[in-house]
Amino acid sequence: MNTDLEDLYQQVILDHSRRPRNFGEIAEGAVKVHGDNPSCGDEIHLSVRFGADGGVEDIKFAGQGCAISQASASLMTMKLKGKSRSEAEAMLRAFHDLVTVEVADPPKALGDLRLLEGVRKFPQRVKCAMLSWRAFEQALTAGSGESAVTTEAK
Amino acid sequence: MESFKATKPDWESIREDFPILRQEVHGKPLIYFDNAASSQKPVAVIEALRRYYERDHANVHRGLHALSTRATEAYEGARALVAKYLGAASADEIVFTRGTTEGINLVAQAWGGRFVREGDVILLTEMEHHSNLVPWQMLAERSGARLRFVPVREDGTLALETLDSLLTSEVKIFAFTHISNSLGTINPVAKLCRAARAVGAVSLVDAAQSAGHLPIDVREMGCDFLAFSGHKMCGPTGIGALYGRAELLEATPPWHGGGEMIVSVSYEKSSYKNAPHKFEAGTPNIADAVGLGAAIEYIERIGRSAIFEHDAELARYAIQRLEGLPSVRVIGPRGARGGLVGFVMEAAHPHDLTTFADRHGLALRGGHHCNQPLMKKFRLPGTTRASFYFYNTTAEIDRMIEILDAAVRFFS
Repeated sequence: MNTDLEDLYQQVILDHSRRPRNFGEIAEGAVKVHGDNPSCGDEIHLSVRFGADGGVEDIKFAGQGCAISQASASLMTMKLKGKSRSEAEAMLRAFHDLVTVEVADPPKALGDLRLLEGVRKFPQRVKCAMLSWRAFEQALTAGSGESAVTTEAK
Repeated sequence: MESFKATKPDWESIREDFPILRQEVHGKPLIYFDNAASSQKPVAVIEALRRYYERDHANVHRGLHALSTRATEAYEGARALVAKYLGAASADEIVFTRGTTEGINLVAQAWGGRFVREGDVILLTEMEHHSNLVPWQMLAERSGARLRFVPVREDGTLALETLDSLLTSEVKIFAFTHISNSLGTINPVAKLCRAARAVGAVSLVDAAQSAGHLPIDVREMGCDFLAFSGHKMCGPTGIGALYGRAELLEATPPWHGGGEMIVSVSYEKSSYKNAPHKFEAGTPNIADAVGLGAAIEYIERIGRSAIFEHDAELARYAIQRLEGLPSVRVIGPRGARGGLVGFVMEAAHPHDLTTFADRHGLALRGGHHCNQPLMKKFRLPGTTRASFYFYNTTAEIDRMIEILDAAVRFFS
């Protein structure tokens, strides 16, 4: 089997795409972001409840799309839940670097997210991995209410 | 020529005309099944471009020197070849464009700008590529005209029984595709053109997927406009043509202003050449028009009927093999169809599947195929598409099935 493919679709990633964690919607008090990748039709509905200190109290997602977009969203929610705002922001930057630039030693704090490093060898798939993170970035910026974000530059 | 066509083409030796197919991708022999997006080029076309640039290039229609004369003859010669290829009454009915999209935009902007008014109806179908949808949305927005759509049935064919109620006297133009790029449906274009003419509507055929795949005769078809792209039929990118019935091209005002399209110019006002030149402002894409001419000659040597039969046979074979795989659903009609097959697989999303296939040397297309509203209608996130041309083989389809079978095991 092809090594690049095995790097891209590691067992953990396939598992998260088939059985996504934190799948659903937070009913109340959450910032909601609808993210889409119009070039391929991937969609994500992210809901995040921030605490008074700006930390991520709860985070859930729903949506549909390729294995990479769904697994990335699932892994992201697991990693961000309970993080302070500054930790979450740092993770957003670190993840973006992980899938777009050669990082000699990806930060250990990324944990299982490091499994998505293989995406770097598939430039057309970076958007898939980044979709949920773009939605989270939008949730940080918006701070409340419902908004939308797309991976295509407008 | 005739005796050549009477015998079955030697597909194996024809395949040898395409140097690009002799390569490995990710260490595997390339299988190119993305022909509906763009076809590959035979040596005859590549050499025609090279010959033109090495020997004949200069600007057209104005220089009095030898090279300009040769370039003009080559360019206008290509126009005559397109006219003959489409069965047009005259080369003056052929406007060179960048491709199908530009041809449709020309009609929507220049013809539509003059003749489509508030309250008029623009009739399309639900299976149009974005290139035969967005230009009409733009025209509707500018003019106040309304859009109507002929529905697509579940089996991927047009719901023709609705035509009587949709194609009314308010319809100014009826624009539809000849072959659907995602479903493979072949529409009954002659019937649709006749129906349009019966209510006084102008017809436009999007021939992007058909021009290189089956015989076309615009007069037999009875269309008013027909647009196609060169790059999907062995020609270069950036060149295509719009056929327009003489009377309609005459009535259509120019759309781009500049050199080449004028008779005389003063500071205040200009007078324009006749069609097709009034639609070709500026130095045209001479070399690629010459390349398109070479592509037409190449295709005609093989014969479009033979090409159609070959590609349809590949599509039939592919459907039969695909349906032998677990939980695969083939999209589109079961009967006559063009040489392309869209499908969905339960085990993997189209993008995961195309990434997997690519790493095995197989070029497929995954996604919405510029058919977003249609995919939404069918509640599909997209499909995976294998599209064939005459240089493809059943052995390649067998290999595709092996790769897809491996994908099922990999993803489930």
